[in-house]
Amino acid sequence: MNAFAAQPPKNFEVKPKLDRSGTPIGDLLEISMGPHHPSTHGVFRMDVVLDGETVVKLKPVFGYLHRNHEKIGENISYLSSMPYTDRLDYFCSMTNNWAYALTIEKLAGLAVPERAEYIRVIMAELTRLQSHTCLVGFFVQDMGALGTPMMYAFREREKILDLFEEVSGARMMCNYMRFGGVRVDVSDDWIARTKQLVADYCKFLDEFETFIAENEIVLARTQGVGVLSRELAISASITGPMLRAAGVNYDLRKVDKYGFYSRFNFKVPLGDHGDVYDRYMVRVLEMRESIKILDEALRDIPAGPVMDPKAKLRGFRPKPGEVYGRVEAPKGELGFYVISDGSPNPYRYRIRPPSFVNLTILEDMCLGHKVSDAIVILGSVDIVLGEVDR
Amino acid sequence: MLGEQIIKGMAVTAKNFFGSYVSKERLTTVQYPEERLVPKENTRQFPFLVYDGDDAEKGLRCVACQICEKECPPQCIYIIKSKDKKPDYKGQAQVYPITFDIDISVCMSCSICVEVCPFESIKMDTEFELSTDDRFEGLLLHKKDLAKSNSHYHKVHAQDAKDSDAALAVEKAKAEAKAKAAAEAKAKADAEAKAKAAAAAAAAPVGAPPVPTTPPPASPNK
Repeated sequence: MNAFAAQPPKNFEVKPKLDRSGTPIGDLLEISMGPHHPSTHGVFRMDVVLDGETVVKLKPVFGYLHRNHEKIGENISYLSSMPYTDRLDYFCSMTNNWAYALTIEKLAGLAVPERAEYIRVIMAELTRLQSHTCLVGFFVQDMGALGTPMMYAFREREKILDLFEEVSGARMMCNYMRFGGVRVDVSDDWIARTKQLVADYCKFLDEFETFIAENEIVLARTQGVGVLSRELAISASITGPMLRAAGVNYDLRKVDKYGFYSRFNFKVPLGDHGDVYDRYMVRVLEMRESIKILDEALRDIPAGPVMDPKAKLRGFRPKPGEVYGRVEAPKGELGFYVISDGSPNPYRYRIRPPSFVNLTILEDMCLGHKVSDAIVILGSVDIVLGEVDR
Repeated sequence: MLGEQIIKGMAVTAKNFFGSYVSKERLTTVQYPEERLVPKENTRQFPFLVYDGDDAEKGLRCVACQICEKECPPQCIYIIKSKDKKPDYKGQAQVYPITFDIDISVCMSCSICVEVCPFESIKMDTEFELSTDDRFEGLLLHKKDLAKSNSHYHKVHAQDAKDSDAALAVEKAKAEAKAKAAAEAKAKADAEAKAKAAAAAAAAPVGAPPVPTTPPPASPNK
């Protein structure tokens, strides 16, 4: 047990200060953090009520980045929604693409060629690597280590984005996957360079971990802070690394076995306490598992076509029906629910974003902590406002 | 020891700092705009219209089918079809766009238009320095701004341009073969009709009224 770890307050209650006659003098302070606060990870606002520096009430307010994504999706064709999914969680466009493509493939009954499935796994795991790397960078910045760790994280992330750009044409807005496969094939040279990057990434992770994992300040700021209990995590339908940090073994890559994830040998790292440190550590361990998956996938990738010959770009009309498809995005379960009425546009198009659902229990985690801890807790949820507000 | 790990962390920072003077791995930034990175093969920024040959008006591949206008996710393409027709690269008469506007302040560089285009006529450019001081018309590109030659396409996306040329050559060869077959069939039909008329003229007695035309007998080589 670390001596510096802050203990969660026990039996916390608000004790308003009383004047001599025994009537409370209202010295609770209500402040509005955001939407332009530098540590709110986008245009996100927290209405916080403080007693001294302790949070007694917290209300997350979102909607500042609302773009009508779902309604736009009902008025344009199925294919045209694909570039919009890039803009959901703009750190992980590849997994967003995959979730949407998977849903429509389920609806239209398209099969994906083996090589395309391998490419998708490679892209999704690279996305997970870069998303978690970024998160760790931001998260350390939230604790006050301004700039330096984040720059190291971004330097490594840029190498992965270069690989994405080479294949898909854009660094972040990849728009790479299509119903029934992927848009362009990857070259052997690209695979060789990705292998090299994955091999080098372990070294970077080691260095990054020396930097952060046992740093006394990090331990003091994170251990025992923002504890999320297993029961609350399950009842609030939290998914992703937050749920696994609370000790629940639930990873859609193992549960659904979508794509070819059943072929790869990897473990699901689990946390024990559900505090901020566990959430950080689960992500670091997940990166190491992703590297294992990437090693296997890059070794085993077969030759062949990357598109289902039955798939077509123009005039795509799936048969009427409704479908829910989901993948394990870096932030949690990303689901698309689509109802088709046989026309070229979806009748209903609904997204289940992981960060939105994970954000709902922010108050439960922050109560009783200091306001600076609330920032760290928010950082550990790993929100991207493009996805929260849609 | 208290603070041991902090010192270790500082060592990492020092390694990165001093490493940035000697190692390319530790210093990855590029001094834009003096230094520039070469655009990657698939890099896409904003669309342009391809024309063959030298004349942008005559060689424009676009036939104003308006598929890209329909499929464009942010609806930033605006096309008006022509009433008259002009020959395309295959020699077929096709309509062409009188107006072809793309509002690149709305365009999100998704390249859906490129994928759905059946005529290889709209492609993605790699030019990104498009800032302008005209906030109303400056980013609304018209047909004359959008039209760029096929050699420009070869310059920005060499491999794609080769593939696209090959696809067009196949189409053209197909069209030519079809036209040739049609011409041959027509010539043959003409010859048969002539032969039949001659035969009819020979068979008919002089002065007799012309026989009503009957369907020609099935020729043995058919």
